[in-house]
Amino acid sequence: MPAVSKGDGMRGLAVFISDIRNCKSKEAEIKRINKELANIRSKFKGDKALDGYSKKKYVCKLLFIFLLGHDIDFGHMEAVNLLSSNKYTEKQIGYLFISVLVNSNSELIRLINNAIKNDLSSRNPTFMCLALHCIANVGSREMAEAFAGEIPRILVAGDTMDSVKQSAALCLLRLYKASPDLVLMGEWTSRVVHLLNDQHMGVVTAAISLITCLSSKNPDEFKTCVSLAVSRLSRIVSSASTDLQDYTYYFVPAPWLSCKLLRLLQCYPPPEDGAVKGRLVECLETILNKAQEPPKSKKVQHSNAKNAILFEAISLIIHYDSEPNLLVRACNQLGQFLQHRETNLRYLALESMCTLASSEFSHEAVKTHIETVINALKTERDVSVRQRAADLLYAMCDRSNAKQIVAEMLSYLETADYSIREEMVLKVAILAEKYAVDYSWYVDTILNLIRIAGDYVSEEVWYRVIQIVINRDDVQGYAAKTVFEALQAPACHENMVKVGGYILGEFGNLIAGDPRSSPLVQFNLLHSKFHLCSVPTRALLLSAYIKFINLFPETKATIQEVLRSDSQIRNSDVELQQRAVEYLKLSSIASTDVLATVLEEMPPFPERESSILAKLKKKKGPGAVSVELEDGKERGELNGGGDRGGDAAIAASNASTPSPSADLLGLRSAAPVSGVAPSAGSLLVDVFSEAGPAASSAGVNDDGFLSSTPPSAASEDPAPPLPESDELLNKFVCKNNGVLFENQLLQIGIKSEYRQNLGRMYLFYGNKTSVQFVSFSTTVSCPGELQSQLNVQTKTVEPLVEGGAQVQQVINIECLTDFIDAPLLNIKFRYGGALQNISLKLPVTINKFFQPTEMAAADFFQRWKQLSQPQQEAQKIFKASHGMDTEVLKAKLLGLGTALLENVDPNPENYVCAGVIQTKAQQVGCLLRLEPNAQAQPGEQMYRLTLRSSKDTVSQRVCDLLAEQF
Amino acid sequence: MRFMLLFSRQGKLRLQKWYTATAERDKKKMVRELMQVVLARKPKMSSFLEWRDLKIVYKRYASLYFCCAVEEQDNELITLEVIHRFVELLDKYFGSVCELDIIFNFEKAYFILDEFLIGGEIQDTSKKSVLKAIEQADLLSPYHTC
Repeated sequence: MPAVSKGDGMRGLAVFISDIRNCKSKEAEIKRINKELANIRSKFKGDKALDGYSKKKYVCKLLFIFLLGHDIDFGHMEAVNLLSSNKYTEKQIGYLFISVLVNSNSELIRLINNAIKNDLSSRNPTFMCLALHCIANVGSREMAEAFAGEIPRILVAGDTMDSVKQSAALCLLRLYKASPDLVLMGEWTSRVVHLLNDQHMGVVTAAISLITCLSSKNPDEFKTCVSLAVSRLSRIVSSASTDLQDYTYYFVPAPWLSCKLLRLLQCYPPPEDGAVKGRLVECLETILNKAQEPPKSKKVQHSNAKNAILFEAISLIIHYDSEPNLLVRACNQLGQFLQHRETNLRYLALESMCTLASSEFSHEAVKTHIETVINALKTERDVSVRQRAADLLYAMCDRSNAKQIVAEMLSYLETADYSIREEMVLKVAILAEKYAVDYSWYVDTILNLIRIAGDYVSEEVWYRVIQIVINRDDVQGYAAKTVFEALQAPACHENMVKVGGYILGEFGNLIAGDPRSSPLVQFNLLHSKFHLCSVPTRALLLSAYIKFINLFPETKATIQEVLRSDSQIRNSDVELQQRAVEYLKLSSIASTDVLATVLEEMPPFPERESSILAKLKKKKGPGAVSVELEDGKERGELNGGGDRGGDAAIAASNASTPSPSADLLGLRSAAPVSGVAPSAGSLLVDVFSEAGPAASSAGVNDDGFLSSTPPSAASEDPAPPLPESDELLNKFVCKNNGVLFENQLLQIGIKSEYRQNLGRMYLFYGNKTSVQFVSFSTTVSCPGELQSQLNVQTKTVEPLVEGGAQVQQVINIECLTDFIDAPLLNIKFRYGGALQNISLKLPVTINKFFQPTEMAAADFFQRWKQLSQPQQEAQKIFKASHGMDTEVLKAKLLGLGTALLENVDPNPENYVCAGVIQTKAQQVGCLLRLEPNAQAQPGEQMYRLTLRSSKDTVSQRVCDLLAEQF
Repeated sequence: MRFMLLFSRQGKLRLQKWYTATAERDKKKMVRELMQVVLARKPKMSSFLEWRDLKIVYKRYASLYFCCAVEEQDNELITLEVIHRFVELLDKYFGSVCELDIIFNFEKAYFILDEFLIGGEIQDTSKKSVLKAIEQADLLSPYHTC
């Protein structure tokens, strides 16, 4: 047995440890331990009172056994007894045991707290320190409740020993981190700040950790610390390497304290006081200068300590982001480190440069190192360093170097470590989208991505390429050609088949003119991949086939035969079988017109933030996305302007719960046959669409209106509607989907569909923060007479919305008779304790219940004349607030819900529409005429809008609503 | 700092100190996972790596790995020197410390660490001040035999 005990060695313990080490097997070890446990138990239970030393020894053995990984269920009482021993070493072991094996046994906690209390008031500094260490080690709420009041007093008392002050400061910090609500600010706070001036460097070192944490939470209360910190820092930086004696570390004066001072300053903006600021800038310059001096020692500890300060100084410079001169110097310094022989320094330089890249002052300077960084990505032997290099390339990417960086990242992907491939794929996808000048490059990049790292291409990535291709007609032909070529490869990734199937199904016609890619060739190519694919992909391909039948009637017979084969129509997978049966039927019974409508080209996707970005954010955690966040500004360019306010939350949540068989045509369980014809266009077709919204009209009726009592969690009255709620309402008159509301915390997205006098609205509440919303509740109410006009039923939502999560609420609406006001939506929840109370108008307007009516010119004018009584007509003349783009106007009028009648009005500049508003009580026919004076100068363009209907209130309301839209 | 681990090249945990409340089960899982990651790394690699939402700073001294988990905003290099100072403290106390010293005197290693770091923050960087308390305690106690 090695005699390696020191001080008050416990021989019995050493023997036991030695025995354990000699055990040849796990079983032998367990046997030895059980023997020891039995022995200790009998000693503790024995009649003979144990002396302090034995108790200490046994408790220590138990602790050893516990630290080996075994459970200990006794001995706590003996350990607590040791706390009240007045022998230091016994007390010490007692405290160690308690610190390691905390037990929430309330009886014990009381005893422990009592012992701690005694030691804290003992005035014996070593005992006080032990007690404080124990509180800090345990850090439980019970301890905070018992001591959070006492410790600040000890900390600032004039007669407290330095060592106790140090322990008290850090003990308080631990309690504050664990239970901030229990540590109350008070008179002591200002005195704590002055510990920065303390003579004893140890006290300053300990106190500054506490001050930094408190400052970051309550900056105003602690702002006097800035000038104190600057003068302390300045004294250290200008001191000679030996001035600080024991606090000089390998010739570097007080490196820990320097780093902490620099960290504390990062809780604040640059000092306003010119003198303080000047002094600080001087310090930072000195630190940068010192980096260029020859080292005072060859030891790595010397350079580490020195560079620790340097990196912290650079962090501060980046944090201020206001001194171009310092930023550029910092960047040059990091540039030197990029080629340093120390791996650690290369790693840190890459990491630090990432933040520099986002500063406008240093972005260009960072970019000059691109070759070095690319080289690091290729040659570094350490994956964690390569990861930093990839991060930096991502951060320094802009329009000027995007092609080079994306190409390098793609080529790196071929050999990249598995652990970082998925993230790399997301980054490449984001950069390619963000900096795409021509979209053929974007399509090429994504297809390359699938080719090189298909397994790591998540759904978000290939969804996104499809969205973009659908929204941009200039790239559709190219995309079709490229996927067609990519599919020629004998082995191609399943994700390629998905993208290929989707794109050819939509745009195969654009390349069908070339005999090498004739419809049948395209079909055969796709179908050659079919049998190797998984069920979701095959489902997608079946949808592509039915689209082919519409695009290319000549393929109908071939495809029908495929659908009719047993392997499709009798497939054991329900989804595949259903699609085969339905598509076959659809292709045989529906007329070409119907087919053309049902299988029409996908409409453009609504603007939304890239779901890929959301995914990367999720992957990297909230702290790591500063670079991405500001990207948002540029995002609009991608799919052309629009309210980028972003269905981010919708996209993100939908992307995280994609329907199991990627329902690209939105035809999922709703049979295409039953959903036939005109209505198919109004289904909420969407790549991300869930099963629900595709319900047929029967679905709306069948669903039965559930619970009529809306939940009200918070007792507070609903807030009055937001001032902008009318404006928000107007945004939705001509559209059914989009973002209704967004603030810092919450985003509310809407999808809705209407049929006859019924409507269904899906509200998506997205929590934009990383903190959960509690007591989340929503209420929909119909104020005043609206109660008798509209029947609104909501289902309750879960009271808890996790950070980053989204909840959905369904609202069923029945229009009883025509109405003017909108229902009110009130949302209440608690965020970090504060009650949020928001009221909005739900965008349910009378026009939602329009059924379009087609009619010939003669009919129109006949009815127009029939509705000639003055009260039946409403008219408004108003200035155009947007341009008079024909397509936009038409889209809006269609969005209104009426039929747009062509060739009716003798003046082709005018628009006329007709529709019937469906309410439960009656149907109200409605005619509309919109006359623009398009020839007028911009700024003087006017419209005359005339509405005629059988009901005066309807004419007026529709006229009012519509007048706000142009 | 969130936690500090000392483990041997063979993957035996020699010391563990947790500075935030963590369930025993999670501790075991994290220790196992992290040991695997660190032990797989080669000598010339950087001493830093990202692991979960934490930054890991580690250094090997003879047969022992010293491994600290710190947060996003913490300074890696100074953490490396926290480790070194801790090793120096052990060394000074035990007189050229080796793994066996830490195995047989594990409680002392914990005491020294407690005098150096509280709640994961440095209490004092002076070797003298840190060891004073421990040595005082040794003086106070007579040598016992069993």
